[in-house]
Amino acid sequence: MENFTYARADSPEAAIRAAADGAVFAAGTTELVNWMRLGIVAPPALTDISGLDLAAIALADDGATLTVGALATLNAVGTAPPVRTHAPALAEAALKAASPQLRNRATLGGNVLQRTRCPYFRAEAAGEGRMPWPCNKRVAGSGCVAREAPFDRAALFGWTDDCVATQPSDPVVALAALDAVARVQGPDGIREVAMRDFHLDQQEGGAATETRLAPGEMILGYRIPVDAAARGSAYLKVRERESYEYAMVSAAVCLDHADGTIRALRIALGSVAQKPWRLPQTEAALAGAALDEETVQAAMDAALRDARPLPGQGWKPRLAANAATRAVMMAGGIVR
Amino acid sequence: MTTRPHDHPGEAMPATRFVLNGTDRAVTHEARVTLLDLLRERLGATGTKKGCAEGACGACTVLLDGERVNACMVLAAAVHGREVTTVEGLAAADGTLHAVQRAFVEQDALQCGYCTPGQVVSAVACIREGHAGSEVEIAEWMSGNLCRCAAYPQIVAAVQQAAAELGTPQGGASGAVQSTAPAARA
Ligand SMILES: Cc1cc2nc3c(=O)[nH]c(=O)nc-3n(C[C@H](O)[C@H](O)[C@H](O)COP(=O)(O)OP(=O)(O)OC[C@H]3O[C@@H](n4cnc5c(N)ncnc54)[C@H](O)[C@@H]3O)c2cc1C
Ligand code: SF4
Ligand code: FES
Ligand code: FES
Repeated sequence: MENFTYARADSPEAAIRAAADGAVFAAGTTELVNWMRLGIVAPPALTDISGLDLAAIALADDGATLTVGALATLNAVGTAPPVRTHAPALAEAALKAASPQLRNRATLGGNVLQRTRCPYFRAEAAGEGRMPWPCNKRVAGSGCVAREAPFDRAALFGWTDDCVATQPSDPVVALAALDAVARVQGPDGIREVAMRDFHLDQQEGGAATETRLAPGEMILGYRIPVDAAARGSAYLKVRERESYEYAMVSAAVCLDHADGTIRALRIALGSVAQKPWRLPQTEAALAGAALDEETVQAAMDAALRDARPLPGQGWKPRLAANAATRAVMMAGGIVR
Repeated sequence: MTTRPHDHPGEAMPATRFVLNGTDRAVTHEARVTLLDLLRERLGATGTKKGCAEGACGACTVLLDGERVNACMVLAAAVHGREVTTVEGLAAADGTLHAVQRAFVEQDALQCGYCTPGQVVSAVACIREGHAGSEVEIAEWMSGNLCRCAAYPQIVAAVQQAAAELGTPQGGASGAVQSTAPAARA
């Protein structure tokens, strides 16, 4: 790891000015330290934002908006009563991420900016010339070894020949299903970015550009509209062991239902693309439909017909369709 | 026109002052040094182990202002002004072991012992958080500490024993810890 200079920012504006001069924001550093150790980044300067007053979690007085600060830790998000009550999918996604001790450091701001777990991307290589294999994310134009080498975590949607990696975050999936909006601040002021559009797949951003956040912009927090579907949301994470593992696929569902009928539904799939994958056509098709497993499964199977699995990963669309179906049944209180 | 406020310049060699196991420490170090390396290589506090240096194994677990964290993922400069407790800081001044340490001995909760300091520190926090209510809950909330010797059943038993002795706080931090994610039908 290269050395760098370290400073604590005492305001968002100071941190943003430092970033304009080349510094990188440091929050919980559970991604950043790994990137620096692996040689993925070598910033000249860090501006530590962890002391800023951006960790609050609150329900607005009118009860219609939940706000979560960017510095709220995943354990804080997962255990905060307003999140558990009004956006349970986000609470579950936060608590199913990483480990208890990582969640005490990992922030919701840094979480959405975590990068793919593609093992080829995560090679330890100080400097582009030292990369042991081609990876377009590490060295532009070098190629993508994951297309030929063993790799069972490729994207189903949005990928290109340049890169087949996925975004591995759990909270990102819940935020997209919840129609959350990020508040971000840059040198020119504050703007809002919908979390369903925050990330870019490879068809939108190529191998290199993964989000709509401009360099040097800081996430201040998230605004989550609270409706019946948000209060009735659920998150399902399918993984190879019961705990402390990244998702093979995951699904966040916001569901409003009455008398066995779906009134409103929002679905996002996780770990199937470089962004949380909403299913707008399925959401529309299921509005007004019966809340029963057969109906929902048929709709999910249809939605996953658009998937483009790499050879050997034909199991993945099926797993995703089943996970989405089960998440709807969980949100509906029909299965646990 | 607004004038540009003065910003603190960054330091390549920050001077970090913090409290380690009740004692004030001050160290000047390269900014890139992690808390784990500072403890082990500058302060001789080698009880905290380095297993993976990537946040994955939990061998480096310490308490930062009372909360468990992976010392390998924390920059030393970031603990300025804060309190760090390592496994060396758990026993009483007269050497009497902490209830968790005693339980690990009595339940034979280790083989090679490499993961044990991290397990013990993590267990102290796990119990304090109110996450030691059942075997399933302990397994979930101790999952950030891997054990290559797979002493897991004994570790869970030790955490249960210590939790019974120390008493579980009322209304744990998380009201709804689900045991497991039901696997989707594949
Ligand atoms: C072993 C391990 C297992 C994990 N498992 C999971 C898992 O199962 N599910 C999951 O979702 N995640 C998982 N994670 C990822 C973890 O949740 C993230 O590393 C964490 O959330 C990142 O937050 P941070 O505060 O530590 O970010 P940092 O490391 O501090 O920052 C990461 C990046 O975000 C930028 N940044 C941070 N905050 C802001 C902000 N407010 N505005 C703009 N930029 C910002 C930083 O500049 C940096 O580029 C795992 C991590 C590890 C190490
Ligand atoms: S999938 Fe993407 S991240 Fe992985 S090797 Fe290919 S280009 Fe690199
Ligand atoms: S050494 Fe820190 S988690 Fe493994
Ligand atoms: S006792 Fe050997 S790794 Fe846990």
